Amino acid sequence: MEVLYALIGALPFDWVGSHFMQSAFLAVLLVTPLFGLLSTMVVSNRMAFFSDSLGHGAFTGIALGVLFGSVSPLLSLVVFSILFALLVTWIKGKSAASADTIIGVFSSTAIALGLMLMSRGGGFNKFSAYLIGDILSVSEDDIRALACVFVLVAAVWGILFNRLLVLSLNASFARSRGISAFWTESAFAAMLAVLVSISIQWVGILIINALLVLPAAAARNVTNSVKSYHAVSVLCAMSAGVAGLIIAYCFNMAAGATIVVALAVLFFVTLALKPHFVR
Amino acid sequence: MFRNILHHRAASADDCAKLCCTKLEGFTVRIGSLTIFEHVNLHVHCGQLTALIGPNGAGKSTLLKAILGEVRHEGNLHYVDAKGKHTGHPVIGYVPQYLRFDLSAPTTVLDIFMACLSRRPVWLFPAKSLRPRVQRSLARVRADHLIDRRLGALSGGELQRVLLALALEPMPDLLLLDEPVSGVDQNGLTLFYDIVSELRAQEDISIILISHDLNMVAKHADQVVLMNRGVVMSGTPEEVFADARTRRLFGMLAGAKADGTAEEEVR
Repeated sequence: MEVLYALIGALPFDWVGSHFMQSAFLAVLLVTPLFGLLSTMVVSNRMAFFSDSLGHGAFTGIALGVLFGSVSPLLSLVVFSILFALLVTWIKGKSAASADTIIGVFSSTAIALGLMLMSRGGGFNKFSAYLIGDILSVSEDDIRALACVFVLVAAVWGILFNRLLVLSLNASFARSRGISAFWTESAFAAMLAVLVSISIQWVGILIINALLVLPAAAARNVTNSVKSYHAVSVLCAMSAGVAGLIIAYCFNMAAGATIVVALAVLFFVTLALKPHFVR
Repeated sequence: MFRNILHHRAASADDCAKLCCTKLEGFTVRIGSLTIFEHVNLHVHCGQLTALIGPNGAGKSTLLKAILGEVRHEGNLHYVDAKGKHTGHPVIGYVPQYLRFDLSAPTTVLDIFMACLSRRPVWLFPAKSLRPRVQRSLARVRADHLIDRRLGALSGGELQRVLLALALEPMPDLLLLDEPVSGVDQNGLTLFYDIVSELRAQEDISIILISHDLNMVAKHADQVVLMNRGVVMSGTPEEVFADARTRRLFGMLAGAKADGTAEEEVR
């Protein structure tokens, strides 16, 4: 850990001088590639609305954590988000109603329930930090936890991706190749839930979904195969992450929002380049 | 349990004589209080093409999903290979009617093959070692020139041929085709049926095909099964098309076709 910090501190920029910026830099390097990876499937499977609902579900998760008091808000958030994601996936599979109706129902219920609990006794202000997030609040412990999440998500993505790709073609076709739609979708949903709930304190509820949509949306403008899609998506997420962090530091703005704006710029640049790349 | 297995072996071996065959016994699917179809008994011999015809909502697609095990059903599926030994569940290939995939996603034909054939994550490992195998597989459906094409850049007929090649890798015992060429132009359609006919002869697999294209069914099918919430009748194309019940249901079919996809909603 000290080695990492020393390495970053040795970079020839003045913004790396402070400890909290070194932590934030490490956090960005760890978390943005994960958003880059997972966003490819979120976009290809048209799950933007679903990932958005995970952010909304976080309202209730955080509120419950504070309400119980004995557990940390983060733990309660992760557990609640996973349960929320699994429940939505399960009901979506069972019900004949269209997916966006189901997600809409759960999403608005979660946001309303969360606001209801948070506003109890007029103490909503203490939660407003979660709306915008603060990447400069990352601690060394957070970095360790993030490193674990990084390894976990990358490993699961290695195992899960092929199945998800086959499943995304057609559920019956996946079944004929021995792939269970329910378990594969649930695993993906749970992984998204973990990533979203871990990062929400730094990125903020309002814009977390942008990180799950924009990298892949930008990458697909200029790529033709799965490998290049992933590579460009991860690259977009990481470069926008680093650039956003530095710009936010220089001009004293919210880092999460700046990263998202940097991603949006990348999206429009790739959109303009699209005719030159896509066959 | 043991007696059950013995019984099935005896019955299957009897019925199928020396041929290998797939046998459905008493297939029934109920969703809630709604019966999609009941008491479907079917024998499909290897090297034969069985066409399922019938109006929308007759339960044809659901029957294929029940065979796949995707939809919960009553009844048993038996597969007997050429030696007359009970070999349990057949290897099933399936060609869907449509893809829910966002076809504009950056995914090549080779990517999809790798996802199906390899455990290595497509996004990380090169597909070089699979390439010759995929090329051969695509050549079987006259699509080897499409290997590096994006899925979104394929025509409807090309996409269905690629999906057929996928379903044939590994070679299945039973191939299920769910209206595989709806929305494909005449050339693509003829080519698709020619390839399926060839397969039946060369690879000795059983094929079950759902189709609304009765000309093609009459031309290529060995057995036609008329369904309407159960099997109404089955036989050679001549027998089935000459039957009064078929003509009555086709009157319905012509009317039902216009209102679209009632059948897809019964899942």
